[in-house]
Amino acid sequence: MSDIANVNMVEQPQKSRRSLLSIVVWIVVLGLLALLGWGLVQSTAPRPEIGEMAPEFNLEFFDGYDWDGKTAASLDDMKGQIVVMNFWASWCVECRVETDELEAAWQKYADQGVVFVGVAYADVEPNSIEYMEEFDVSFPHAPDLGTRISNAYEITGVPETFIIDQNGEIAHVQIGPISSSTLDSVIDRLLAKEG
Amino acid sequence: MRMIVLNFLRLKHLGTAALFLLGLLLLVTPALAQDVPVTDDEVNAVAKDLFCPVCESTPLDVCPTQACADWRELIREKLSEGSTPQEVQAYFARQYGDGVLANPPKSGFNLILWLLPVVAVVLGGVFFTRFMRSLRASAAGVDEAIEEDVAETAVSTTSKQPLSPDDFKARLEEELRNR
Repeated sequence: MSDIANVNMVEQPQKSRRSLLSIVVWIVVLGLLALLGWGLVQSTAPRPEIGEMAPEFNLEFFDGYDWDGKTAASLDDMKGQIVVMNFWASWCVECRVETDELEAAWQKYADQGVVFVGVAYADVEPNSIEYMEEFDVSFPHAPDLGTRISNAYEITGVPETFIIDQNGEIAHVQIGPISSSTLDSVIDRLLAKEG
Repeated sequence: MRMIVLNFLRLKHLGTAALFLLGLLLLVTPALAQDVPVTDDEVNAVAKDLFCPVCESTPLDVCPTQACADWRELIREKLSEGSTPQEVQAYFARQYGDGVLANPPKSGFNLILWLLPVVAVVLGGVFFTRFMRSLRASAAGVDEAIEEDVAETAVSTTSKQPLSPDDFKARLEEELRNR
């Protein structure tokens, strides 16, 4: 009888240790799965829609380019102004259609509280510079370092243009080349709203 | 005294010559490094571990787009400048994000991607072992029960009268119900 009692006394802590271990293992597994799920949700976030707040971004402009005398700027720095952010690449054939129109609109609205920024997506820096020289673009351009901006805006390709209003909300999303008539109508509407 | 002066002069000349040679070497080395020809195989060896964000799930070495061709040219340029394959990959990760690497670094969120398969294999092993043990235990239980039945039947056939067909059927049904 006493032998059985001894065996039970030895088995009891072993059993509780085993159940404690399995609880710890389950917590670790569920924690890992939760983290993985969170990462997947983050990586497949939906494209910001019109009316939503534009995701924050930081730009480090290409050599020779600046905005307001700064070689780096964020969306927050541009608050209160209309921001036209254009994603492009030197290898993108359709981007060639719109570059001159963007430059012309920039020249037209530069002194009316409108900022134009070009973001070179998945591009090789020397090719980007060559492209900007070819089209003689003067509005600030920056590489999409770490593809962070294109990920935040969930772009599906280039060219794509986001027009952000004075409050930091997305006012227009253009997939494909943007025309000067679209630029004019959206920017004029936003300027009129402010006035 | 004259010998000492001569030796000193000789040493001085040697020092000048050495400095001249060192300077020449420093001038020539970068020029040589820039001219190192890089073969397509060397470029592709680096490119196969990279993915451009434009054509996801297509390795850079076989990707047919212009964007990927530009990237391969950049790899060639970096290698010809003397960068190692690891340095080239690090440059691409810095410039375009960790997502371009076929083997993301084992840190931060990426660590989970490396850990999960190991955890899955270990847990799978543990559950499989437990399942096999429980199967073995239940098989042993069935064997014991059969042995007990056989022994009981042997006792009943030797010590008692043979069962009538109705009794046999009733007992068989009862045993089947109990199982």
